[in-house]
Amino acid sequence: MSIYKLDITKDRCPMTFVKTKLHLEQLEDGDTLEVLLSEGEPLEKVPKTVIEQGFQLLENVHVKDKIHRLVIRKLTVTGVGNNSR
Amino acid sequence: MAEKNKLSIICMSGDFDKAIAVFTLASGAAAVNYEVNVFFTFWGLNNLKKKTGRRFIGKGFLARFFNFLLGGRDNLPLSRLNFAGASPLLMTGMMKSRNVATLAELFQASIALGVNFYACEMAMHVLGLTKDDFIPEVKGVLGVASFLDLSKGGQTLFI
Repeated sequence: MSIYKLDITKDRCPMTFVKTKLHLEQLEDGDTLEVLLSEGEPLEKVPKTVIEQGFQLLENVHVKDKIHRLVIRKLTVTGVGNNSR
Repeated sequence: MAEKNKLSIICMSGDFDKAIAVFTLASGAAAVNYEVNVFFTFWGLNNLKKKTGRRFIGKGFLARFFNFLLGGRDNLPLSRLNFAGASPLLMTGMMKSRNVATLAELFQASIALGVNFYACEMAMHVLGLTKDDFIPEVKGVLGVASFLDLSKGGQTLFI
């Protein structure tokens, strides 16, 4: 199980989504990805699309100023689907 | 997981700024898990050429001359204020300095995210181009009926 980090605070649309997606595609089961992102569209949409794609959103916390951190985990779901909110 | 949303784009323009719109929408939609199909026709085919500069490609004298004038991805003009090709270079510099993805980055991102590229059979015939003149990522050569089948059930944009 590895932990990867991604900072998209300096990126603009659509690279915020593109970089997140490309990193998510590289995760193996049990790996986590920490994403630093800015308030506004990235914070409103990235967590939503992560969950829609079947990943677990373990954490969504404010770090400083307008920057938040997401912790995302890839988990093979067997049974009733993921329990992310 | 829910069924995938779908975005289909008809890219007729060979302008730099419109290509940015095409590949921004394509890569952005693919990144949020849409199935994305882009159908390139007429000047839009310049985006797909293997040779990205001005080259005499195509079948027949006029086609070769035309394709030389049109050029490839490195020669796309800005739709306004092109200034003999200087503006796309300036615009790319501005995009880089402001952390906005350049056309080349958006194009590569679209490929990396599995956006489906299709070329218009009729426009290729007019311009004397074959599938071998395009990048290998072009998934197929289509006509209208096949594109309509592909785009059915999703959103379609014309650029």
